[in-house]
Amino acid sequence: MALKLPIFMDNHSTTPLDPRVLEKMMPYLTSEFGNAASRNHSFGWHAEEAAEKGREQVAKLIGASAKEVVWTSGATESDNLAIKGVAEFYADKGNHIITAQTEHKAVLDTCKRLEKHGYEVTYLPVATDGIVSAEQVAAAMTPKTILVSLMLANNEVGVVHPVNEIGKVVKEKGAIFHIDASQGVGKVPFDVTSARADLVSMSGHKMYGPKGIGALYVRRKPRVRIAPMIDGGGHERGMRSGTLNVPGIVGMGAACEIAGEEREAEAVRLIGLRTRLHQRITSRLPEVFVNGSMEHRLPGNLNLSFAYVEGEGLLMALKDLAVSSGSACTSASLEPSYVLRALGIGEELAHTSIRFGIGRFNTEEEIDFVADLVVEKVTRLRELSPLWEMAQEGIDLKSIEWAAH
Amino acid sequence: MAYSEKVIDHYENPRNVGSMDKSDPNVGTGLVGAPACGDVMKLQLKVSDDGIIQDAKFKTFGCGSAIASSSLVTEWVKGMTVDQALEVKNTRIAEELNLPPVKIHCSVLAEDAIKAAIADYKAKRVKAATQ
Repeated sequence: MALKLPIFMDNHSTTPLDPRVLEKMMPYLTSEFGNAASRNHSFGWHAEEAAEKGREQVAKLIGASAKEVVWTSGATESDNLAIKGVAEFYADKGNHIITAQTEHKAVLDTCKRLEKHGYEVTYLPVATDGIVSAEQVAAAMTPKTILVSLMLANNEVGVVHPVNEIGKVVKEKGAIFHIDASQGVGKVPFDVTSARADLVSMSGHKMYGPKGIGALYVRRKPRVRIAPMIDGGGHERGMRSGTLNVPGIVGMGAACEIAGEEREAEAVRLIGLRTRLHQRITSRLPEVFVNGSMEHRLPGNLNLSFAYVEGEGLLMALKDLAVSSGSACTSASLEPSYVLRALGIGEELAHTSIRFGIGRFNTEEEIDFVADLVVEKVTRLRELSPLWEMAQEGIDLKSIEWAAH
Repeated sequence: MAYSEKVIDHYENPRNVGSMDKSDPNVGTGLVGAPACGDVMKLQLKVSDDGIIQDAKFKTFGCGSAIASSSLVTEWVKGMTVDQALEVKNTRIAEELNLPPVKIHCSVLAEDAIKAAIADYKAKRVKAATQ
């Protein structure tokens, strides 16, 4: 079969909708258009049944009960609702929140806003492998700590946090534990009981479901309370008003069911593809470095720095391939990825990073094509790079006084 | 972000890539930018004894716009006098390549590279004259 170009290998940004998911959604985009809150006719009843089935499917994937799932528009909203909701509801218990420097902006910017309202936030540093340890969390906790918010897996470097160990220390100290699981759920083993999670954010489109739908798990035993962010008709037991996105819910439910059934086999396949890509690149190119832990990592993630080749310049050469770069040459700040910087990766190498996000629909044939393409383009751009030339001449780039601009 | 056709052309077919002998008294070398900022340009100009730029070579670490900006100036400065080359402004480079606002710094760097290469050439001439 001929390769279809461009190849999508950016499955951390989003994932394609699985055709099996679309099939389940179709009736709810056409004939079954009822409002799940309509209690007096069959259109409403069918919609409600579909929404409740979706709730069960999401709950099953994370080992929860359906009553603990609140529908949202996506993981950003779930993160906002969890963090602001806890901060407001438990304000008289304390004002301290713990998170990490490598969290998604949906968590970091929410915490920053709370700081303006008198909350204190600890942004934990990460080790060079990108991991926050349970010991670090324990050491940062104070009697004022009401919430610890950490991600299951990182969206840039794919590093998986030891949430089960962290959950234990969080609960020992009596704080609430929120996990942004949007990148990890359905990809690595995770359940709310082992993690002792109180709140878990999830997103439909990161797991081959539709965009515009997400969920927040809210523990019932012992009960965790959150103040709502959106007021209105009192949907979702008052935690999130607004008419339910039934087609989205059906899609997210179906996506969770497939993820649950296929996760283990798919992880093995993805690790095989990732290893193949890594080997086919590094066996032919020197000075290529992995960013983040290789051991505790999402199966489909490979984040590489190609020394002496600027990431955005490389992306332009890889026009048949959709991947992303930690170089932020497009932003006005010229600052490279804050995640890579938090891992202690120098700005020089951070500017040369490429994130490969291998997903369900990538094939071995695509991996081989991508590896060949990357090797060819990096080689060409190194020929064009004054830094590569200097390195070949044995000049230590750190010995040069660069004029920062 | 979409690149202009001219940027893509220079990026895919960069003109005058390469290096000249740094120790040649007629060659001025400019190295500007910083790896930590994601852009480094090396521009070399070979100047005849009567002050005409005979040849120009570059190597650039950076995004497509940085590569295109440096490739473009190597074309422009060839045949110019040193003084004419010093008049090449970043605004002209940005205009020629249709650079968006976030990429203006690439054209600034290319202008700086010309100035740095000429400064190096002039310093060499002064040094040679005083020896």
